[in-house]
Amino acid sequence: MTTLTQANAARWLKIVALCVILVALPFVIDATLGRTWVRIIDIALLFVMLALGLNIVVGFAGLLDLGYIAFFAVGAYCYALLGSSQFGIHWPFLVVLPLCALVAAVFGVILGAPTLKLRGDYLAIVTLGFGEIIRIFFNNLSRPVNITNGPQGISLIDPLQIAGFSLSKTYTIGGLTFAPVHLYYFVFLACVLLTIFISLRLENSRIGRAWVAIREDELAASAMGINTRNVKLLAFAMGATFGGVAGGLFASFQGFISPESFTLLDSIMVLAMVVLGAILLTALPEALRYLGPLQQQWLGRVVVDPSGLRMLMFGLALVLIMLLRPAGLWPSRTRQRELTVDKADG
Amino acid sequence: MSRRLLIQSAIALVTSLALAACGDKAPPPAAKKADAPKAPEVQVVKIGVASPLTGAQAHIGIDIRNGVQLAIEDANKAGVNIDGKAVKLEMVAEDDEANPTKATTVAQKLVDAKVAAVVGHFNSGASIPASKIYADAGIPQISPSSTNPDYTLKGYKTTFRVVAHDGQQGPTLARFALDKLKAKTIAVIDDSTAYGQGLADNFEATIKAGGGKIVAREHTTDKDTDFKAILTKIKGRNPDLIMFGGIDPQAGPMKKQMAELGIKAQFIGGDGMQTPNFIKLAGESAEGALASIPGLPKETMPGGKEFLAKYKAKFNAEVELFAPMGYDAVMVFIEAMKRAGSAEPAKFLPEVGKTNYNGVIGPIAFDEKGDLKNGPITIYVVKGGKWEALETVSPGAAPAAGAKAEAPKDAATK
Amino acid sequence: MDIFLQQIVNGLLLGSIYALVALGYTMVYGILDLLNFAHGDLVMIGAMVALSVVIALGSSLPVAIVLLIATAAAIVVCVALGLAIERVAYRPLRRAPRLAPLITGIGVSILLQYSAALVWGRQYISMPEIIKPEKIVFGGAQITSTQAFIFVLACAIMAALLWFVKSSRMGRAMRATEQNPDVAGLMGVDTTRVIAFTFALGASLGAVAGVMVVLYYGQGHYFMGAMLGLKAFTAAVLGGIGSIPGAMLGGLLLGLIESLAAGYIGDITGGLFGSNYRDVFAFFVLVGVLMLRPAGLMGVPSGDRA
Repeated sequence: MTTLTQANAARWLKIVALCVILVALPFVIDATLGRTWVRIIDIALLFVMLALGLNIVVGFAGLLDLGYIAFFAVGAYCYALLGSSQFGIHWPFLVVLPLCALVAAVFGVILGAPTLKLRGDYLAIVTLGFGEIIRIFFNNLSRPVNITNGPQGISLIDPLQIAGFSLSKTYTIGGLTFAPVHLYYFVFLACVLLTIFISLRLENSRIGRAWVAIREDELAASAMGINTRNVKLLAFAMGATFGGVAGGLFASFQGFISPESFTLLDSIMVLAMVVLGAILLTALPEALRYLGPLQQQWLGRVVVDPSGLRMLMFGLALVLIMLLRPAGLWPSRTRQRELTVDKADG
Repeated sequence: MSRRLLIQSAIALVTSLALAACGDKAPPPAAKKADAPKAPEVQVVKIGVASPLTGAQAHIGIDIRNGVQLAIEDANKAGVNIDGKAVKLEMVAEDDEANPTKATTVAQKLVDAKVAAVVGHFNSGASIPASKIYADAGIPQISPSSTNPDYTLKGYKTTFRVVAHDGQQGPTLARFALDKLKAKTIAVIDDSTAYGQGLADNFEATIKAGGGKIVAREHTTDKDTDFKAILTKIKGRNPDLIMFGGIDPQAGPMKKQMAELGIKAQFIGGDGMQTPNFIKLAGESAEGALASIPGLPKETMPGGKEFLAKYKAKFNAEVELFAPMGYDAVMVFIEAMKRAGSAEPAKFLPEVGKTNYNGVIGPIAFDEKGDLKNGPITIYVVKGGKWEALETVSPGAAPAAGAKAEAPKDAATK
Repeated sequence: MDIFLQQIVNGLLLGSIYALVALGYTMVYGILDLLNFAHGDLVMIGAMVALSVVIALGSSLPVAIVLLIATAAAIVVCVALGLAIERVAYRPLRRAPRLAPLITGIGVSILLQYSAALVWGRQYISMPEIIKPEKIVFGGAQITSTQAFIFVLACAIMAALLWFVKSSRMGRAMRATEQNPDVAGLMGVDTTRVIAFTFALGASLGAVAGVMVVLYYGQGHYFMGAMLGLKAFTAAVLGGIGSIPGAMLGGLLLGLIESLAAGYIGDITGGLFGSNYRDVFAFFVLVGVLMLRPAGLMGVPSGDRA
C-alpha cells in the first residue's frame, strides 16, 4: 500500500517538476541564450504540432501524405483572410481558429476522397500533387479577383488578442517581462499538449485501433467489419485539423504569410520530423547555422553551406533511419511490440 | 523514490545548463573584430546587417554585407563623434537565407544583440515579416534592395529603403517603352514571385494608363526553363515589345527561345535580369535586350569611381549590385545619430526620416512612407555582349496607385 | 494555324524528354513495384556532369566528340550512382513495408540534390555555345537543328529499348522478373542481377535525358530534377506504369497537354485561368488518370495496382 502511494506521489512529483520546467523554460532561455532562441522554440512547437498531425495520417493510418503542408497553408490563409486588412475583416481568433481547423478538415476530406483507393506510393505522389496545386492556387488567386494577394503575401495579420489583451504586446507582471515570444510560447505549448493528449487518446481508441488495422492489412481490416473508407477519411480530416490550427497560429505569430512558406520541401521536412522528431529537426539546424560564421572566421570563407549541410543531414538521416530503425528514433510502444512480433514471425 | 527524482531533475538541470553554455559560446562569431575594446570610454554602437549569406542568393547578400562593412570601417577611420563623445561602430552580420521564417528569427537575434540600426533585408519577402520585429523594438531599418511597395506601406515608422521600389521602377520602364521605344502592342510575362509579379503589374498598369495595348499577360515560374508554349502564344499576337518581370535564370533562356521561335519583338526587364549571367544564358540572342536598375550607373554615381576602387581593393571582387546602397544606408544612420546627438534608436529615429544626404548612389531623402524620393533609374542595353548604360531617368510622381484602380475596368473591356 | 502547329511541335519536343525520363520510372516500377523517387535527380546529375565536361573541354575538340565524351561521362556517373542507390537504399528493404523504400527514396533524392548543390553551387550553370544551330522551318513551325536532333535521338533510343526488351536474352529475363520474381528465380534467372541491370539501364537513360535537357535549354541547376521527375512520373502513370510503350505515349501526350493548355487555356476560360496554372494541369491529369483508369492508357489492368 505504501509503495503504491509512494509510486503515485513520485509520478505526481514528476509531473509537477515537468510543469515547472516547461513554465520556466522560456524565461531561463531568454536569460541565457537570448530571445531569439525563445522564438526558435516557439516555431519548433508549431512544427511539433504539425508533426503530430501528420503522425496521425502516416504513423497511425499508414497513409503517406507528401502534401501535408497544404493544410498548414489552408489554416494560415484562413486565419490571414479573416484577421487582417486584406479584406478588412478582423474576426476574433476564438472564432477564426476553430474555423481554420474546420476548413482544413474539409480540405482533408476533399483531398482524401479521391485518393482512398490508391495504394502507398500512388497516394504519396497524388498528395504531393495536391500540395503543389494548393500552393499554386494561393500564389495565383490574385487575379482576376484579388483574394490571396498572390506571391506578395498577406501582411499585418492580427495577433491573438482578446478584450484588449494582445499577445503582440509586452506586459510586465511582478517584475517578470512577458514579451510576445513568451506569451505565444504558452499558447503554443498548450496547443501542443492538447494535441498530444488527443493523439494519445485516439491511439488507444476504437478508431485508433481501426487505423492500425488498416495500416497493417487493409483487406483484413475491411473483412473484420471496419468501414475503411470512413476511417481513412477520418484520419485525413484529423491530421488536417491539427495542420490547420497550427497554420492559423503560424499566421498570427508571424504577422505575414506568403506562398513560399508552404513548398514541397516543407512537406518533406514535416515528414522527416515525424520520423526523426520535430524538436531535433528545428533546433539542430539553428545550431548548424553557427557553422557559417565559424567557417568565415576560421577558414576565411564559407566552404560548406550550412543550409545545404542541413538538407544533406536530413537526407542521410531519412535513409539511415529507414534502414536501421524503421520505427523511428523514438518509437511508440505499440510500434515496438509490432516490430518484435514481426521479427519472431520472420 | 526521491532519489530517482533527484537524479532526474539533476540531469535536466545539467542538460539545460550545457545547452545554455553551448549557446553562449556560439553567438559571438558575428562580431569578429580582433582588437579588444581597449579604451573603456569609447561607446560601441552596433549596426546590424541581415541578408542571405548562404544559398542561391549568397553572392548578392555578401555584396550588401561588404558594403556595410566598408562603410563602418571608413566611418571608424574618420572617427565618429556623437554628442561630443567618440563612438566606435561595430557590425553584426546575420544570414536570413532569403527565407521569411528565418528572417524573423534573425531579426529577433539582431534585436537581442541590441543593435542601434539595421541594414536589410535583401528580399522583400524577408524584409516585410522582419519589419514588424524591428518596429516593435523601435529600431530603424533601411533595406538596400527590397523593391516591393508593400514594405513601406505597413504604417511602421521604422522602415526605410534606399532603392526605388517596383511602383517607381515598373512605371519608369513602361514610360520608357511608350515614349522612347514607341511600343504600341506589348506582351507581359512574370515569374509568379513577389518581385516579378509586382514589377510586371506596375508596368502593365502604367502601359494601360499611357494608352499602350497589352496583347498578352502570361506567367511562368521561377523554376521553369521551357517558355515555348507562352512565347508561341505571344508570337501569335505579334507584339512590338515583350516585358519580363523576373530574374536571369529565366530571362536568359526566354530570350534564347524567342530567337528560336523567330520572335522579332524587343525584350525588356527589370534589375533582376541586368546581370552578366543573363548574357551568358541567352548567348548571342542577348543583343539588344533592355533592362532597368534603380540607381545611377555604378560608374557615374557621385562617389562611384572611388567607391568601386575601394571595394575592389578591400574585397578583391567586383560590386555585384547593392553594396553601394548598403554603404549609404550606414552613412544615413551615422548622419542621423550625429544630428540627434544620440545613438539611442528612440532618439535618432525621427532624424532618419529627415535625412538629406549626398551618398554614393546620389542624393538621399525619404518621403513620409520611408521610400527614396525621386530615386533615379537607369536603363541598360546589351551591346557587344555587355550591358551598357543607355539613359538615366527620374521616376517623378508614381502614378501606380491611380493606374491600378483603372486596371480592372480595362480588364473587363478586354 | 501556324501557331497551333508550333504549339504541337513544342509539345512533342517537351514530351520526348518527359518520355525518356518516364522510361526510367516505368522500368523500375514494372520490375520492383517501387517508385524510384530519386530518378529525377539522377537526370539532374547526368545534366550537371555533362555540363561540367563541356565547360572543361570547351571548343578544344570537335563538337561531336565533346558531346560524346560528355554523354559517356554522364552515363558512367549515373549508372554508378544508380547501382549504388539500388544496393544501399532499396535492396535491404525489398521485403519491408511499402512505405520504407519510398521514404529512403525521398532521402536519397534530397541527398543527391544537396550534394549537387555542394559540388556545383546553387547558381544556374550555363552551357557554352559550342553548337551554332540552324533554323529549320517546318510548315510554319520553327525548330532548331539541335532540337530536331534531340527528338530523333529520343525516338531512336526508345525504339532500341523496345527491341531490346522484346528480343534480347536480358530483356526476356527482365520481363520474366516483372511477371513473377520468385518463379523467374526458379527458372534460372538471376533476379538480383536483373534488378541491378534494370536500375543501370534506367540510370543511363536518365543520363542521356539529362544531356538532352542541357542541349535543349542550355543550362543546369541542382534542383532541376525535382519537377522534371514529377512530370515524367505523371507521364509514366498516364501511359500505364510498367509499360514501356505506355511511358513513351504518356510522355508525348503530357508534353502536348501542357503546351496546348498553357497556350490556349487563357482564351478558353476568358482569363480566369492562365499559363500560371500550367503545372496544375499535369497534376490534374495524374489524379484523373488514377481515379478513372488506374492502369493507364496502355497498362494491363490489375486488381492490386491502385
